[in-house]
Amino acid sequence: MEFKETQAIYLQIGDYICEQILLGRWNEGDRILSVRELGVALQVNPNTVMRTFEFLQSLEIIFNKRGIGYFVTADAKLKIIAYRRKQFIDQDMPVFFKNINILGMSMDEINQRYREFNKNETAVNI
Amino acid sequence: MINIEHLEFSYSKQAKLLSNMSLQIGAGRIHGLLGKNGEGKSTLLKLISGLVFPNQGTIDTMGFVPAKRNPKMLQEIFFLPEELPQITLSIENYEKVYAPFYPKFDSGQFNNYLKEFDIENKKAMLTKLSHGQKKKVFIAFGLATNTQLLLMDEPTNGLDIPSKGQFRRMVASGVDESRCLIISTHQVHDLDSLIDNIIIMEKHEIVFHQTIENISQKLLFRVVDRNDQSENVIYSEDNLRGLYQVCKNTTGEESKVDIELLFNAVLQKTNQIKSIF
Repeated sequence: MEFKETQAIYLQIGDYICEQILLGRWNEGDRILSVRELGVALQVNPNTVMRTFEFLQSLEIIFNKRGIGYFVTADAKLKIIAYRRKQFIDQDMPVFFKNINILGMSMDEINQRYREFNKNETAVNI
Repeated sequence: MINIEHLEFSYSKQAKLLSNMSLQIGAGRIHGLLGKNGEGKSTLLKLISGLVFPNQGTIDTMGFVPAKRNPKMLQEIFFLPEELPQITLSIENYEKVYAPFYPKFDSGQFNNYLKEFDIENKKAMLTKLSHGQKKKVFIAFGLATNTQLLLMDEPTNGLDIPSKGQFRRMVASGVDESRCLIISTHQVHDLDSLIDNIIIMEKHEIVFHQTIENISQKLLFRVVDRNDQSENVIYSEDNLRGLYQVCKNTTGEESKVDIELLFNAVLQKTNQIKSIF
Protein backbone atom coordinates (compact mmCIF):
# COMPACT_ATOMS: atom_id res chain seq x y z
CA MET A 1 0.00 0.00 0.00
CA GLU A 2 1.25 3.44 -0.87
CA PHE A 3 0.97 5.69 2.14
CA LYS A 4 -0.21 9.21 1.47
CA GLU A 5 2.18 11.70 2.93
CA THR A 6 -0.02 13.63 5.26
CA GLN A 7 -2.52 11.38 7.05
CA ALA A 8 -1.65 9.34 10.13
CA ILE A 9 -0.98 5.72 9.17
CA TYR A 10 -3.84 4.34 11.25
CA LEU A 11 -6.28 6.57 9.32
CA GLN A 12 -4.77 5.45 6.01
CA ILE A 13 -5.33 1.83 6.99
CA GLY A 14 -8.90 2.87 7.83
CA ASP A 15 -9.32 4.28 4.32
CA TYR A 16 -7.95 1.04 2.89
CA ILE A 17 -10.49 -1.06 4.80
CA CYS A 18 -13.34 1.30 3.85
CA GLU A 19 -12.32 1.03 0.21
CA GLN A 20 -12.37 -2.77 0.38
CA ILE A 21 -15.90 -2.57 1.77
CA LEU A 22 -17.12 -0.02 -0.79
CA LEU A 23 -15.63 -2.10 -3.62
CA GLY A 24 -17.52 -5.10 -2.30
CA ARG A 25 -14.42 -7.18 -1.54
CA TRP A 26 -15.60 -7.40 2.05
CA ASN A 27 -19.35 -7.50 2.28
CA GLU A 28 -21.62 -6.47 5.11
CA GLY A 29 -21.59 -9.22 7.70
CA ASP A 30 -18.25 -10.66 6.48
CA ARG A 31 -15.32 -11.26 8.79
CA ILE A 32 -12.37 -9.04 7.85
CA LEU A 33 -8.67 -9.94 8.15
CA SER A 34 -7.27 -10.17 11.67
CA VAL A 35 -5.03 -7.50 13.16
CA ARG A 36 -1.94 -9.58 12.53
CA GLU A 37 -2.91 -10.68 9.01
CA LEU A 38 -3.53 -7.10 8.00
CA GLY A 39 -0.31 -5.94 9.70
CA VAL A 40 1.68 -8.49 7.69
CA ALA A 41 -0.15 -7.73 4.43
CA LEU A 42 0.39 -3.99 4.73
CA GLN A 43 3.81 -4.24 6.46
CA VAL A 44 2.70 -2.19 9.42
CA ASN A 45 2.84 -2.57 13.17
CA PRO A 46 -0.12 -4.66 14.43
CA ASN A 47 -0.59 -2.07 17.22
CA THR A 48 -1.34 0.50 14.53
CA VAL A 49 -3.87 -1.84 12.90
CA MET A 50 -5.46 -2.35 16.32
CA ARG A 51 -5.89 1.41 16.58
CA THR A 52 -7.56 1.46 13.16
CA PHE A 53 -9.98 -1.28 14.26
CA GLU A 54 -10.89 0.65 17.41
CA PHE A 55 -11.43 3.75 15.32
CA LEU A 56 -13.65 1.98 12.74
CA GLN A 57 -15.54 0.35 15.57
CA SER A 58 -16.30 3.77 17.03
CA LEU A 59 -17.69 4.77 13.62
CA GLU A 60 -19.78 1.54 13.60
CA ILE A 61 -18.21 0.41 10.33
CA ILE A 62 -16.92 -2.82 11.88
CA PHE A 63 -17.76 -4.65 15.10
CA ASN A 64 -16.01 -7.16 17.29
CA LYS A 65 -17.24 -10.65 18.06
CA ARG A 66 -15.23 -11.60 21.10
CA GLY A 67 -12.79 -14.39 20.33
CA ILE A 68 -13.84 -14.67 16.69
CA GLY A 69 -12.75 -11.46 15.03
CA TYR A 70 -13.96 -8.27 13.43
CA PHE A 71 -16.96 -8.11 11.10
CA VAL A 72 -18.40 -5.54 8.70
CA THR A 73 -21.58 -4.00 10.14
CA ALA A 74 -24.94 -4.21 8.33
CA ASP A 75 -24.98 -0.56 7.27
CA ALA A 76 -21.22 -0.12 6.89
CA LYS A 77 -21.47 1.45 3.44
CA LEU A 78 -23.78 4.21 4.63
CA LYS A 79 -21.53 4.84 7.62
CA ILE A 80 -18.46 5.03 5.38
CA ILE A 81 -20.10 7.55 3.08
CA ALA A 82 -21.15 9.66 6.07
CA TYR A 83 -17.58 9.52 7.41
CA ARG A 84 -16.08 10.39 4.04
CA ARG A 85 -18.47 13.29 3.59
CA LYS A 86 -17.43 14.69 6.95
CA GLN A 87 -13.76 14.22 6.03
CA PHE A 88 -14.33 16.00 2.73
CA ILE A 89 -16.07 18.92 4.40
CA ASP A 90 -13.53 19.22 7.22
CA GLN A 91 -10.32 18.63 5.28
CA ASP A 92 -10.65 19.01 1.52
CA MET A 93 -13.11 21.85 1.27
CA PRO A 94 -11.13 24.37 3.32
CA VAL A 95 -8.12 23.77 1.05
CA PHE A 96 -10.33 24.19 -2.01
CA PHE A 97 -11.84 27.43 -0.67
CA LYS A 98 -8.42 28.75 0.24
CA ASN A 99 -7.20 28.12 -3.32
CA ILE A 100 -10.25 29.84 -4.78
CA ASN A 101 -9.46 32.90 -2.69
CA ILE A 102 -5.76 32.92 -3.58
CA LEU A 103 -6.50 32.56 -7.29
CA GLY A 104 -9.30 35.12 -7.18
CA MET A 105 -11.98 32.88 -8.67
CA SER A 106 -15.63 33.76 -8.27
CA MET A 107 -18.39 31.38 -7.20
CA ASP A 108 -20.07 31.99 -10.58
CA GLU A 109 -17.02 30.70 -12.38
CA ILE A 110 -16.84 27.67 -10.08
CA ASN A 111 -20.52 27.01 -10.69
CA GLN A 112 -20.12 27.21 -14.43
CA ARG A 113 -17.11 24.93 -14.41
CA TYR A 114 -18.92 22.48 -12.18
CA ARG A 115 -21.79 22.31 -14.69
CA GLU A 116 -19.32 21.77 -17.55
CA PHE A 117 -17.58 19.04 -15.58
CA ASN A 118 -20.86 17.26 -14.96
CA LYS A 119 -21.79 17.53 -18.67
CA ASN A 120 -18.49 15.86 -19.65
CA GLU A 121 -18.91 13.20 -16.98
CA THR A 122 -22.36 12.19 -18.26
CA ALA A 123 -21.09 12.29 -21.85
CA VAL A 124 -18.37 9.82 -20.92
CA ASN A 125 -20.78 7.64 -19.00
CA ILE A 126 -23.15 7.36 -21.99
CA MET B 1 10.45 -4.60 30.84
CA ILE B 2 13.46 -2.29 31.02
CA ASN B 3 14.08 0.30 33.69
CA ILE B 4 17.20 2.46 33.59
CA GLU B 5 17.95 5.03 36.25
CA HIS B 6 20.69 7.65 36.47
CA LEU B 7 22.98 5.67 34.23
CA GLU B 8 26.57 6.81 33.73
CA PHE B 9 28.82 5.18 31.22
CA SER B 10 32.09 5.90 29.46
CA TYR B 11 34.64 3.85 27.56
CA SER B 12 37.48 6.21 28.52
CA LYS B 13 38.13 8.46 31.49
CA GLN B 14 38.22 11.63 29.40
CA ALA B 15 34.93 11.45 27.56
CA LYS B 16 31.66 10.31 29.09
CA LEU B 17 29.23 8.73 26.68
CA LEU B 18 26.03 8.43 28.72
CA SER B 19 25.28 10.65 31.67
CA ASN B 20 22.38 10.63 34.13
CA MET B 21 20.29 8.69 31.65
CA SER B 22 16.91 7.33 32.69
CA LEU B 23 14.60 5.31 30.47
CA GLN B 24 11.56 3.07 30.97
CA ILE B 25 10.48 0.67 28.24
CA GLY B 26 7.35 -1.46 28.34
CA ALA B 27 6.38 -4.65 26.49
CA GLY B 28 4.31 -4.99 23.34
CA ARG B 29 5.86 -2.16 21.41
CA ILE B 30 8.41 -1.57 18.68
CA HIS B 31 10.79 1.14 19.76
CA GLY B 32 12.88 3.06 17.25
CA LEU B 33 16.14 4.18 18.82
CA LEU B 34 17.46 7.22 16.99
CA GLY B 35 20.54 9.36 17.44
CA LYS B 36 23.46 10.77 15.52
CA ASN B 37 26.62 8.72 15.02
CA GLY B 38 28.54 8.20 18.23
CA GLU B 39 25.69 9.13 20.54
CA GLY B 40 25.79 5.72 22.21
CA LYS B 41 22.86 3.86 20.67
CA SER B 42 24.74 0.59 20.28
CA THR B 43 26.28 1.03 23.71
CA LEU B 44 22.83 1.43 25.24
CA LEU B 45 21.74 -1.85 23.62
CA LYS B 46 24.89 -3.52 24.97
CA LEU B 47 24.21 -2.17 28.45
CA ILE B 48 20.65 -3.49 28.38
CA SER B 49 21.82 -6.95 27.37
CA GLY B 50 24.79 -7.10 29.78
CA LEU B 51 27.59 -6.93 27.22
CA VAL B 52 29.06 -3.84 28.89
CA PHE B 53 28.55 -2.65 32.46
CA PRO B 54 27.47 0.76 33.78
CA ASN B 55 29.88 2.96 35.76
CA GLN B 56 27.02 4.19 37.90
CA GLY B 57 23.25 3.96 38.06
CA THR B 58 21.02 0.93 37.71
CA ILE B 59 19.62 -1.12 34.85
CA ASP B 60 16.79 -3.57 35.29
CA THR B 61 16.16 -5.85 32.32
CA MET B 62 13.07 -8.01 32.82
CA GLY B 63 13.73 -8.08 36.57
CA PHE B 64 17.41 -8.93 36.24
CA VAL B 65 20.65 -6.99 36.59
CA PRO B 66 22.09 -7.49 33.09
CA ALA B 67 25.72 -7.40 34.26
CA LYS B 68 25.08 -10.62 36.23
CA ARG B 69 24.19 -12.36 32.94
CA ASN B 70 21.66 -14.67 34.52
CA PRO B 71 20.84 -17.48 32.04
CA LYS B 72 17.13 -16.90 32.73
CA MET B 73 17.57 -13.38 31.40
CA LEU B 74 19.84 -14.33 28.51
CA GLN B 75 17.36 -16.92 27.18
CA GLU B 76 14.83 -14.10 26.81
CA ILE B 77 17.15 -11.70 24.94
CA PHE B 78 18.34 -11.77 21.39
CA PHE B 79 20.76 -9.08 20.30
CA LEU B 80 21.47 -8.56 16.61
CA PRO B 81 24.66 -6.52 16.43
CA GLU B 82 25.50 -4.25 13.54
CA GLU B 83 28.79 -6.04 12.96
CA LEU B 84 27.87 -9.69 12.63
CA PRO B 85 30.10 -12.27 14.30
CA GLN B 86 32.36 -14.45 12.15
CA ILE B 87 31.13 -17.96 12.74
CA THR B 88 32.51 -20.91 10.79
CA LEU B 89 29.34 -22.98 10.79
CA SER B 90 26.67 -23.78 8.25
CA ILE B 91 23.22 -22.27 8.82
CA GLU B 92 21.97 -25.72 9.79
CA ASN B 93 24.71 -26.25 12.37
CA TYR B 94 24.41 -22.72 13.69
CA GLU B 95 20.79 -23.51 14.48
CA LYS B 96 21.79 -26.82 16.12
CA VAL B 97 24.37 -25.12 18.34
CA TYR B 98 22.61 -21.88 19.25
CA ALA B 99 18.87 -22.64 19.21
CA PRO B 100 18.97 -24.74 22.45
CA PHE B 101 19.87 -21.57 24.38
CA TYR B 102 16.42 -20.19 23.56
CA PRO B 103 13.61 -22.36 24.99
CA LYS B 104 10.95 -20.73 22.78
CA PHE B 105 12.93 -21.09 19.55
CA ASP B 106 10.68 -22.27 16.73
CA SER B 107 12.47 -24.15 13.98
CA GLY B 108 9.51 -24.08 11.59
CA GLN B 109 9.32 -20.33 11.95
CA PHE B 110 13.07 -20.03 11.26
CA ASN B 111 12.69 -22.05 8.05
CA ASN B 112 9.73 -19.95 6.94
CA TYR B 113 11.62 -16.72 7.50
CA LEU B 114 14.65 -18.05 5.60
CA LYS B 115 12.39 -19.06 2.75
CA GLU B 116 10.78 -15.64 2.70
CA PHE B 117 14.27 -14.14 2.44
CA ASP B 118 15.08 -16.53 -0.46
CA ILE B 119 17.72 -18.42 1.48
CA GLU B 120 17.13 -21.98 0.35
CA ASN B 121 20.31 -23.83 1.20
CA LYS B 122 20.74 -24.37 4.92
CA LYS B 123 23.97 -26.27 4.32
CA ALA B 124 25.66 -23.05 3.17
CA MET B 125 28.49 -21.83 5.39
CA LEU B 126 27.84 -18.52 7.16
CA THR B 127 31.34 -17.37 6.18
CA LYS B 128 30.54 -17.89 2.49
CA LEU B 129 27.45 -15.70 2.54
CA SER B 130 27.41 -12.03 1.55
CA HIS B 131 26.94 -9.45 4.27
CA GLY B 132 23.27 -8.98 3.37
CA GLN B 133 22.52 -12.70 3.25
CA LYS B 134 24.21 -13.26 6.57
CA LYS B 135 22.19 -10.44 8.05
CA LYS B 136 19.04 -12.13 6.80
CA VAL B 137 20.00 -15.38 8.53
CA PHE B 138 20.50 -13.60 11.85
CA ILE B 139 17.29 -11.59 11.51
CA ALA B 140 15.37 -14.79 10.79
CA PHE B 141 17.06 -16.54 13.70
CA GLY B 142 16.45 -13.64 16.07
CA LEU B 143 12.75 -13.45 15.25
CA ALA B 144 12.42 -17.23 15.58
CA THR B 145 13.95 -17.24 19.08
CA ASN B 146 10.69 -15.68 20.33
CA THR B 147 12.55 -13.97 23.12
CA GLN B 148 10.69 -11.33 25.11
CA LEU B 149 13.34 -8.80 24.23
CA LEU B 150 14.71 -8.41 20.74
CA LEU B 151 17.41 -5.80 20.21
CA MET B 152 18.41 -4.99 16.65
CA ASP B 153 21.20 -2.63 15.75
CA GLU B 154 20.72 -1.28 12.22
CA PRO B 155 18.92 -4.40 10.96
CA THR B 156 18.10 -3.06 7.50
CA ASN B 157 21.66 -1.96 6.69
CA GLY B 158 22.94 -4.07 3.83
CA LEU B 159 19.54 -5.54 2.94
CA ASP B 160 18.61 -5.41 -0.72
CA ILE B 161 15.51 -3.55 -1.88
CA PRO B 162 12.96 -6.42 -1.85
CA SER B 163 14.21 -7.61 1.54
CA LYS B 164 13.14 -4.43 3.28
CA GLY B 165 9.48 -5.16 2.64
CA GLN B 166 10.00 -8.79 3.65
CA PHE B 167 11.68 -7.60 6.84
CA ARG B 168 8.67 -5.40 7.68
CA ARG B 169 6.27 -8.28 7.02
CA MET B 170 8.26 -10.61 9.27
CA VAL B 171 8.51 -8.13 12.10
CA ALA B 172 4.78 -7.40 11.83
CA SER B 173 4.08 -11.13 12.11
CA GLY B 174 6.66 -11.65 14.87
CA VAL B 175 5.50 -9.12 17.46
CA ASP B 176 2.88 -9.63 20.14
CA GLU B 177 1.84 -8.05 23.45
CA SER B 178 4.55 -9.80 25.44
CA ARG B 179 7.44 -8.97 23.12
CA CYS B 180 9.50 -5.82 23.07
CA LEU B 181 11.59 -4.79 20.09
CA ILE B 182 14.18 -2.07 20.17
CA ILE B 183 15.55 -1.18 16.76
CA SER B 184 18.35 1.31 16.44
CA THR B 185 18.42 2.81 12.99
CA HIS B 186 19.36 5.62 10.65
CA GLN B 187 17.15 4.18 7.89
CA VAL B 188 13.98 5.69 9.25
CA HIS B 189 12.06 5.31 6.01
CA ASP B 190 12.63 1.54 6.07
CA LEU B 191 10.87 1.26 9.37
CA ASP B 192 8.46 4.14 9.78
CA SER B 193 5.37 1.98 9.36
CA LEU B 194 6.61 -0.42 12.05
CA ILE B 195 7.92 1.77 14.82
CA ASP B 196 5.27 2.86 17.31
CA ASN B 197 7.59 4.42 19.85
CA ILE B 198 10.41 6.86 19.26
CA ILE B 199 13.44 7.28 21.47
CA ILE B 200 15.95 9.99 20.57
CA MET B 201 19.42 10.15 22.14
CA GLU B 202 21.40 13.35 22.17
CA LYS B 203 24.28 14.68 24.26
CA HIS B 204 24.65 11.71 26.61
CA GLU B 205 20.96 11.33 27.39
CA ILE B 206 17.45 10.54 26.17
CA VAL B 207 15.93 13.80 24.96
CA PHE B 208 12.71 12.39 23.57
CA HIS B 209 10.63 9.26 24.18
CA GLN B 210 7.03 9.20 22.97
CA THR B 211 4.52 6.95 21.27
CA ILE B 212 3.66 7.73 17.64
CA GLU B 213 0.06 8.13 18.77
CA ASN B 214 1.02 10.84 21.24
CA ILE B 215 3.30 12.54 18.73
CA SER B 216 0.62 12.81 16.05
CA GLN B 217 -1.84 14.17 18.60
CA LYS B 218 0.53 16.87 19.83
CA LEU B 219 2.44 17.74 16.67
CA LEU B 220 1.29 18.40 13.13
CA PHE B 221 3.49 17.45 10.18
CA ARG B 222 2.69 19.23 6.97
CA VAL B 223 3.95 20.49 3.63
CA VAL B 224 2.92 24.05 2.82
CA ASP B 225 3.82 26.62 0.21
CA ARG B 226 6.23 29.34 1.17
CA ASN B 227 3.56 32.01 1.68
CA ASP B 228 1.89 30.09 4.45
CA GLN B 229 2.29 31.81 7.79
CA SER B 230 1.39 30.24 11.08
CA GLU B 231 2.49 31.08 14.59
CA ASN B 232 2.40 27.42 15.58
CA VAL B 233 5.42 26.43 13.50
CA ILE B 234 8.19 24.89 15.57
CA TYR B 235 10.55 23.75 12.87
CA SER B 236 10.69 24.19 9.13
CA GLU B 237 12.78 22.78 6.27
CA ASP B 238 12.86 24.16 2.76
CA ASN B 239 12.20 21.58 0.11
CA LEU B 240 11.27 21.29 -3.55
CA ARG B 241 7.60 20.78 -2.75
CA GLY B 242 7.48 23.64 -0.26
CA LEU B 243 8.14 23.95 3.42
CA TYR B 244 8.18 20.80 5.48
CA GLN B 245 6.97 21.87 8.87
CA VAL B 246 6.53 20.56 12.36
CA CYS B 247 3.84 22.58 14.11
CA LYS B 248 1.99 22.46 17.36
CA ASN B 249 -1.17 20.47 16.72
CA THR B 250 -4.08 22.72 17.63
CA THR B 251 -6.83 21.18 15.49
CA GLY B 252 -6.65 17.57 16.61
CA GLU B 253 -6.17 16.44 13.02
CA GLU B 254 -3.68 13.57 13.04
CA SER B 255 -0.97 13.67 10.43
CA LYS B 256 1.63 11.08 9.57
CA VAL B 257 4.74 11.41 11.71
CA ASP B 258 7.69 12.19 9.47
CA ILE B 259 10.42 10.64 11.60
CA GLU B 260 13.29 12.34 9.81
CA LEU B 261 11.70 15.75 10.25
CA LEU B 262 10.80 14.97 13.86
CA PHE B 263 14.39 13.96 14.57
CA ASN B 264 15.79 17.20 13.16
CA ALA B 265 13.15 19.23 14.99
CA VAL B 266 13.93 17.54 18.30
CA LEU B 267 17.67 18.17 17.93
CA GLN B 268 17.23 21.82 17.00
CA LYS B 269 14.27 22.80 19.17
CA THR B 270 14.67 20.40 22.04
CA ASN B 271 13.18 22.56 24.77
CA GLN B 272 10.30 23.88 22.71
CA ILE B 273 9.27 20.32 21.84
CA LYS B 274 9.77 19.08 25.39
CA SER B 275 7.44 21.81 26.64
CA ILE B 276 4.63 20.49 24.42
CA PHE B 277 4.77 16.95 25.79
